[in-house]
Amino acid sequence: MNEQTPAQPMALLNEPATNYLDASYSVVSWLFTTDHKRIAILYLIPVTLMFFIGGLAISLDRLNLMTPDGMLVDADTYNKLFTIHGVIMVFFFLVPVIPTVLGNFFLPLMIGAKDLAFPRINLLSWYLYMIGAAWTSAAVLAGGVDTGWTFYTPYSSMSSHYNVVLTMMGVVIAGFSSLLTGLNFIVTVHWLRAPGMNWFRLPIFVWTMYATSFIFLLAVPVLAMSLILVILERILQIGIFDPALGGDPLLFQHLFWFYSHPAVYIMILPGMGVVSEVIPCFARKQLYGYKFVAFSSFGIACLGFFVWAHHMFVAGISLYAALIFSSLSFMVAVPSAIKVFNWTATLYKSSITFEAPMLFALGFVALFTFGGMAGLFLATLGVDMHVHDTYFVIAHFHFIMVGGMVLGYMAGLHYWWPKMTGRLYSDWWSRITAMVIFIGFFLTFLPQFVLGYNGMPRRYHMYAPEFQVWNVMSTAGASILGVGYVLPLVYLLGSLRYGKPAGRNPWHATGLEWQTPSPPPTENFEESPVVVRAPYQYHLEKAQNEP
Amino acid sequence: MTIADIALFPPRASTTASQVDMLFLFLLTVCGAVTLLVAVLLVYFAIRYRRRSGEVGNPPKTDASDALEWFWTLTPLLFFAGMFIWGAKVYFGAYRPPDDAATIYVVGKQWMWKFQHPEGQREIDSLHVPLGRPIRLLMTSEDVIHSLFIPDFRIHMDLLPGRYTSVWFKPTRVGMYRLFCSQYCGTNHAGMTGVVVVMEPADYQKWLHESAEGSMALQGRKVFLKYRCISCHSGDAGGRAPTLGGLFGNIVVLNDGRTVKADEYYIRESIVYPSAKIVAGYENIMPTYQGQVSEEEIFQLIAYLQSLKPGETPSRVESFPPPTTTPPINTKDR
Repeated sequence: MNEQTPAQPMALLNEPATNYLDASYSVVSWLFTTDHKRIAILYLIPVTLMFFIGGLAISLDRLNLMTPDGMLVDADTYNKLFTIHGVIMVFFFLVPVIPTVLGNFFLPLMIGAKDLAFPRINLLSWYLYMIGAAWTSAAVLAGGVDTGWTFYTPYSSMSSHYNVVLTMMGVVIAGFSSLLTGLNFIVTVHWLRAPGMNWFRLPIFVWTMYATSFIFLLAVPVLAMSLILVILERILQIGIFDPALGGDPLLFQHLFWFYSHPAVYIMILPGMGVVSEVIPCFARKQLYGYKFVAFSSFGIACLGFFVWAHHMFVAGISLYAALIFSSLSFMVAVPSAIKVFNWTATLYKSSITFEAPMLFALGFVALFTFGGMAGLFLATLGVDMHVHDTYFVIAHFHFIMVGGMVLGYMAGLHYWWPKMTGRLYSDWWSRITAMVIFIGFFLTFLPQFVLGYNGMPRRYHMYAPEFQVWNVMSTAGASILGVGYVLPLVYLLGSLRYGKPAGRNPWHATGLEWQTPSPPPTENFEESPVVVRAPYQYHLEKAQNEP
Repeated sequence: MTIADIALFPPRASTTASQVDMLFLFLLTVCGAVTLLVAVLLVYFAIRYRRRSGEVGNPPKTDASDALEWFWTLTPLLFFAGMFIWGAKVYFGAYRPPDDAATIYVVGKQWMWKFQHPEGQREIDSLHVPLGRPIRLLMTSEDVIHSLFIPDFRIHMDLLPGRYTSVWFKPTRVGMYRLFCSQYCGTNHAGMTGVVVVMEPADYQKWLHESAEGSMALQGRKVFLKYRCISCHSGDAGGRAPTLGGLFGNIVVLNDGRTVKADEYYIRESIVYPSAKIVAGYENIMPTYQGQVSEEEIFQLIAYLQSLKPGETPSRVESFPPPTTTPPINTKDR
């Protein structure tokens, strides 16, 4: 491999003058770019904005829960705020963030391609995302919506007085953005791999992007269909879900979760991919059990389609159907367990350093394991019938979605930031931030498990006084978590101005993306790379302290 | 408030509660042990294998062991099988009522709980039940989906519009227990709460007779006459519609040869969607009563039919007295 010496200033002087950022500075060159790296940056900005809007909405609700009678907002406002939080976080942050930002930027680089297979469709995806986001934001500004992100009928179709149709349209449009991104990734992985990059030399991140893309293709149409049916029932009074019109009240839940359960894996698989890159790099060690980790992604993607009714164990489905879905839900936990054990085993006899990406990745493993275990409680019929729709469920999926996915994203963002921007961020501040987020997260969501088992239902703007202690603890934790989220905004943006140049490979990582300059040139590589061996062969690489 | 007041576990006030807690503790033990193992390994490896100053080069690779991979793939399945079977047992137990369970009828609507006891007592947002008696709740919703959740009993079941669902419990402690709606149902979802009052059986008997307006069956009889069901469902075996005496709980033969048990689900369906199942030997002539008869009235009709023995159908006479004054004549229409 044509390893460059990164830390030496001489090498920096040899970098080509025009990278993808410097290619042109005009606004038009950004808005009509077909460069996957520029599109990734185009996504990074609105996705980050959406994250903070969604976070702000729930902060107000969390503050409201300091006292049993709800100290801040009235019932309708509370309901709208948690709906904004759910809709934005799920459809406009968690689902798209890693594929569109990190996937867009690094999937072509990691397989040695010049761009995605369909660069213009990639730009179309971005416009669809922006239109969807604007549309849903308009619904929020026009008075909001109070159905919760799950849009259960017949409440959403017949009862809610707010902007259900507008919100759903935005979600459907954004859904097609993801669908096209998925299509683009699949074709790219099939056709644009560099010479020598066979399937078992693909980095795990590429495997997880590939598996995620399949879920996009298969599940998004079902989501679009079910939301459009709700819209039809709401506008034209066609009886589909409301029994008063001859509809079936449970049909929506089946359709919705047929998308939204696989969507959970859309959210977590990319995080698993990032962690599978980061842990070997900072442990200086080959990933343990590559094939098991690669295939378990597909195991998750396939089984994930057959567990949807575990959201409905107390919804009035047949007891025998519940048996089937419970057993399949346990099965889908197996591939996740395989990954956790393999990440842990990678650390064995390794040589670990604790830069921010590694701290985030280790946090991911810990919180994902914890949240996954809570998932087993919910797969168990006899426990779920007690804790269903309580804070136990909230805590569980936030451990996976925030503890897992957001930490995975942070790990990826910190790992690849030097490659994307060519700058190093503050080592000290980033490490502190990883700790703050980890601790803040635990303090926020651990009390919610207790709340849930004690019987506090979700989506309550006021509650019985015996629940107050745990709610106050949770709100206190959330304030720490909030600080942890704001900090990266400061030091990452600061790095653009004050950061030291990163060089090609600041982490001494394997992988094609590290062989090209930082930031990469528009065509990605100076000369087409040839791959000669499997990923993560750190025992063959130079270490950080070797010249 | 003191530390002792901070509860980690809610009270156990039904037979199901202790079963759920045992299962929960089993899971907590197994999952807790595995989580602890992973956490200890992570911390131990992080400390033991941290890169030391002066360390040169990368460590040699460790070849992955397929045997180890299969070990940690298959071992969890064993534990999962145990959790699955135990969980299914508790779950089936909670939704299959014993034969001697008494039925209480529940209607949910935005944002209140309405309960009817067979003896005739009706209550809103509170449910009185006797200690030690299995109680089956037969439930439906008037508008959107709600969910009945009694944490101290560890039971939970959704209420669906247009459909019946049921769950049962056997209270084991006298006292007051909170009741929640746990399925988001609109603005005042958090206010859709109530209280379950578990009483000594003698107290419960006294309470039942405090202000009842006649049993549910009696009220159902009034509904039966009010909607003029009697004009077709007369006691006459050769009439236009099947006789209803002794029907409840029996097997009915349909005109396509299928058979169906005449339970609550069948009776509700026959009132709301009469053409769904036609009794053998009869025509499909009954109009739907959807939107006319309320969910509470259907429950009362069910209670009435349950009480109706063969040959007990009331005679076809108007049981309401005629109006005492002649209604004013509308001259305009003439």
